[in-house]
Amino acid sequence: MLAGDRGPAAQMAMSILVRMARVYGAAELMDISGAHIDSTIYIGEAGLEYAERLASLGAKVAVPTTLNVSGLDEQHWQEWPVPRDWAGKAHRQMIAYQSMGAIPTWTCAPYQTEWRPAFGQQIAWGESNAIVFANSVLGARTERYPDLLDICCAITGRVPAVGLHLTENRAGQVLFRLIDVPQAIQADDTFYPVFGHLVGRIAQDRIPVIDGLTVAPAEDQLKSFGAATASSGAVALFHMVGVTPEAPTIQAAFQGRPPGQIVNVTMDDLRQARRELSTSEGQQLDMVVLGSPHFSLAEFGQLAPLLEGRRVHAGVQFLVTTSRGMAQLAKAAGHLDPLQRFGGRLTVDTCILATPMLPPNIKVLMTNSAKYAYYSPGLLGTTVAFGSLQDCIDSAVTGRIVRDDSLWR
Amino acid sequence: MRNNQQATMQLIATPIIPGAAAGRALVSNEPLSFWGGYDYRTGEITDRRHPLSGQIAAGCVLCVPFSRGSSTTTAVLLEAVRTGAAPAAIITTGVDSFFALASVVADVMYGKPVLVVALSPADFARLRSGDWIEIDEAGQVTVETEREGNDPSHR
Repeated sequence: MLAGDRGPAAQMAMSILVRMARVYGAAELMDISGAHIDSTIYIGEAGLEYAERLASLGAKVAVPTTLNVSGLDEQHWQEWPVPRDWAGKAHRQMIAYQSMGAIPTWTCAPYQTEWRPAFGQQIAWGESNAIVFANSVLGARTERYPDLLDICCAITGRVPAVGLHLTENRAGQVLFRLIDVPQAIQADDTFYPVFGHLVGRIAQDRIPVIDGLTVAPAEDQLKSFGAATASSGAVALFHMVGVTPEAPTIQAAFQGRPPGQIVNVTMDDLRQARRELSTSEGQQLDMVVLGSPHFSLAEFGQLAPLLEGRRVHAGVQFLVTTSRGMAQLAKAAGHLDPLQRFGGRLTVDTCILATPMLPPNIKVLMTNSAKYAYYSPGLLGTTVAFGSLQDCIDSAVTGRIVRDDSLWR
Repeated sequence: MRNNQQATMQLIATPIIPGAAAGRALVSNEPLSFWGGYDYRTGEITDRRHPLSGQIAAGCVLCVPFSRGSSTTTAVLLEAVRTGAAPAAIITTGVDSFFALASVVADVMYGKPVLVVALSPADFARLRSGDWIEIDEAGQVTVETEREGNDPSHR
């Protein structure tokens, strides 16, 4: 490939991959059977030039490849103040990656599509929340592939044989033990994003092992936990004893080795982590936003009945972000009508962090997503309040931030 | 020109993306995500939870242990190279593949790789914001430092 026998695009991709294999210290390259491309997000001219360079050289993906969120909601962008110039460029970037033969999933939750990887499958995934979910919850194997490299892996079908692709590097490193955390807290829907935020901050780029859960988490709770760990930290794999596939026991999670560090997590630690997710003071509220990672069918199913008979306050926007595919499923299940009657809106294929859609008068956001809470202040310049799904809806209805703190006192 | 508080240190780094560069040091022990943390038009560090928030890293030697969080860090660093607002060099404490990748692609696309080197954690801990740092092709790091008073930006 380096010699150009598979064409100039594969040659360019392989030249980048080989230089990176040296950086990783890889002895060899290995085959993959799937990829997920995060480079789809339009950041600026350089990323677009890169995508169009590869596309114009005739790049084609060599393995089934899903696409992450784009920079543009093709269906709804004109309802928001997205600059036309931005829309044009973000769209060109979408076309460039689609032209390489990738599947236009346009979602940061590709693990909740029909292209969900299997246990043990070797893949090259970008998008931090997708990486941690694939490794931890599914037991598929991917390194943290950054933007720009993910597409090189997809085009060549190869990755450096290092890191989380190899069994010996998947052992836990830090043990987190829940100490006297009540069942009612563990069952609360804010527990997993709050706990994930705390774990990511302490674990940083190590592999955390979670022990002491008394309530089995649902898939979307694992999703929000992983997204939180990959925002406040660089977690690419976690193990939950008795929950995730490589951690039937604590010994298995650590592959028989001793933990490098043991962290006891108390209610005080969780309260502190919960406070860190909010930056706003006071009760002003401009927008409630749900769906980072993208809302699943199950989450639409939880949301819809909570909206019945209620109506969003005139001074507040209520937005759910998901993919076009998931929106179709939610519509077929009857979950979108309640959202519309409530006065809520839908954004597909992108999110508030990946497209400049928010009007300038939106200064205070509220969300149940640790990832939105973590990134909004830096990316959007807003302040943010973190709360439960019920808190978010109650706040949207009353027009000011209200939170039921009774469990957390 | 030198006063008595100035001192020169020689440190040996592992070149990840080798090259020669010099600049004023911006140092933090906190890892940094460029996505949501770096304005590629100005080089300002915009992660409001980060100790270097508000500092301009363009042309500086940015010293952070590693890149945190989002896999979009690479794309933002590539944009910064294109606009000229990238750091002159990045010093980490281990092999940071995100910074390295952005640099490799910046080389392929624009012929302008960002120098990336790794120091041992012990040597990294000796760096202070405001130091003048020169790095050569072999990974030799020359640090001119003023050791007067406390530097509040370092933690």
